[in-house]
Amino acid sequence: MLRDRSTLALAIVMVALVVAGPFLPAWLRFVGTVALANALAVLGLLLLIRTGLVSFGQGLYYCIGGYAAGVGGKDLGLTDAFALLALGIVASGIISAILGLLLCRYREIFFAMFSMAFSMILYGLLSKSQKLGSTDGFNVVTPTFLGYAPDGANVKVWVFGLAVVLAFGVGIVLHQHLRSGMGYASEAVRDNEIRVEYLGVSAQYVVWWKYVLAAVLAALGGGIQALASGHVGPEMAYWTTSGEFVFIALLGGTAHVGAIISAAVIFEFIKTWVTQISPYTWQMFLGIVLLVIIMFLPKGLWSLLARMRRAS
Amino acid sequence: MQTLIAIVVDGVIYASWLFIVAAGLTLVYGVMRILNLAHGSLYAIGAYAGASAVVWYFARNYPVAGSYALLVIAAIVSGALVGLLVERGLLRLMYGRDEVVMVLVTYGVLLILEDAIKLVFGVEAYTAFQPYEKMGRTSIGGMTFATYDLALVAVSIVVALALWWGVNRTKQGKLLLAVIADREMATALGINVTRVFIVTFVIGSVLGALAGALTAPAIAVAPGLGVEVIVLAFAVVVTGGLGSIEGALVGALIIGIARAAAVHLWPQVELFVIYGVMALVLAVRPQGLFARAGARKI
Repeated sequence: MLRDRSTLALAIVMVALVVAGPFLPAWLRFVGTVALANALAVLGLLLLIRTGLVSFGQGLYYCIGGYAAGVGGKDLGLTDAFALLALGIVASGIISAILGLLLCRYREIFFAMFSMAFSMILYGLLSKSQKLGSTDGFNVVTPTFLGYAPDGANVKVWVFGLAVVLAFGVGIVLHQHLRSGMGYASEAVRDNEIRVEYLGVSAQYVVWWKYVLAAVLAALGGGIQALASGHVGPEMAYWTTSGEFVFIALLGGTAHVGAIISAAVIFEFIKTWVTQISPYTWQMFLGIVLLVIIMFLPKGLWSLLARMRRAS
Repeated sequence: MQTLIAIVVDGVIYASWLFIVAAGLTLVYGVMRILNLAHGSLYAIGAYAGASAVVWYFARNYPVAGSYALLVIAAIVSGALVGLLVERGLLRLMYGRDEVVMVLVTYGVLLILEDAIKLVFGVEAYTAFQPYEKMGRTSIGGMTFATYDLALVAVSIVVALALWWGVNRTKQGKLLLAVIADREMATALGINVTRVFIVTFVIGSVLGALAGALTAPAIAVAPGLGVEVIVLAFAVVVTGGLGSIEGALVGALIIGIARAAAVHLWPQVELFVIYGVMALVLAVRPQGLFARAGARKI
């Protein structure tokens, strides 16, 4: 059996990116930060997809994470990045634990559509709430890091570093998790739920846990996004946000956490590029690529890599 | 008493609109096992086609009566064209895939259609209020309602009767029922399932477009119209039971009246009522009111 070098590879890329952070041009750093924020949310989705569930509503928790960071700064007077992110983790954890009780009874299209419905409810609520800036959203405070307050442009370097450490750190942990008992239980649930129950594992329990974990990761991503762009708005909970997460997961494939992180980065660069040259055809472009992937590359870009490796 | 009348009439109006959208969605699912997310886009396409046809029509000062026929024609033409294009051009290549994969496929179609609508009709809002205004208002028990809205109820009843008659009293309908009951067996018996699929998808698409076109005079037709509709229609359809037309009718009535009650009595919870009713029904009957429970995979 080949030795698994994934953990080492992820750690090396992480250190390299953190070191390179201060030297990158500002636009590249911003695109990178957003890409990694999305990667965190999609890593959560990866857990669900491995369990055989597609959620069209991860935007719900992405938005909760972002708004938690925003409200924490605006109303609670917090500025510490870790405290702001923790707020999102707690909020999303509580809400997902409750909604999860309902959702863990459903599979397939029901799961997909109910999760979408929940995120659209939050979108509707936030769009109507005057206090939280309705459809415009509001600005997020400039974060500090454990008492250290970097000045001016340096804040973005720190946020980028935080995003790198979190995304790759979570990637490494998830990679281990997927190979643990609970990780394999996911795939067992996807393949055959009744046998899983017969073996004495509660499928609903597995689904519930994965749902909560996925929610927390999406909230982390939303928090990072809020700190990076300095602004949150209800469109974070809109169906297009959740749809983009699903798209990234399909683009990369669910074989490996590296596939997700690379796909998130590729996605963000293509998005930046396409929306610049032709703003009204971005969704159409997404849709066409999505159909092409489903038709010709159902296991995502990562399967190309695996195919090349097998051929050599 | 006044409030009660208002709740019932508003609820029935809202329900009749919901039913036309939901019937198309549930019909396509029942026959083809495809939850068509692009159904909302067909609604938007119908709305745009209807609105732009009406704008064109009134710019020429033709008599008002013709505009109603024009709305229906615009819906049928645009819905049938786009439906046929989507089914023949794409879905045909994907049959037999997993239901979740089909949702993703229709999600791709939704994305493409959303931008296609913007490219064809632009991003400005269309207003085609004349058919709505010219019908005037009718009073019921001391309350006045727009006659156009009441006419929508009549249209919805006609659609429901036509669907019921088509499915239960015609030969084509019997073939459809056979396909719903067992697709493989129906194929083995010599039913042309491909043709049934095409016809079903086109009818479903036309229903979506019809709902859009009939709503167009009452609203400003602007981008992003279709997506809220699909989420709402899905709520109706699962409440009634996915794939059941009677279910869509009952689901639309329950949700329509519940929403109207919320609007009149407690407006803050309007958004929750729709999903609250859905959650309540599903808590008691997880498969919805009218659908049979499926066997579990072993």
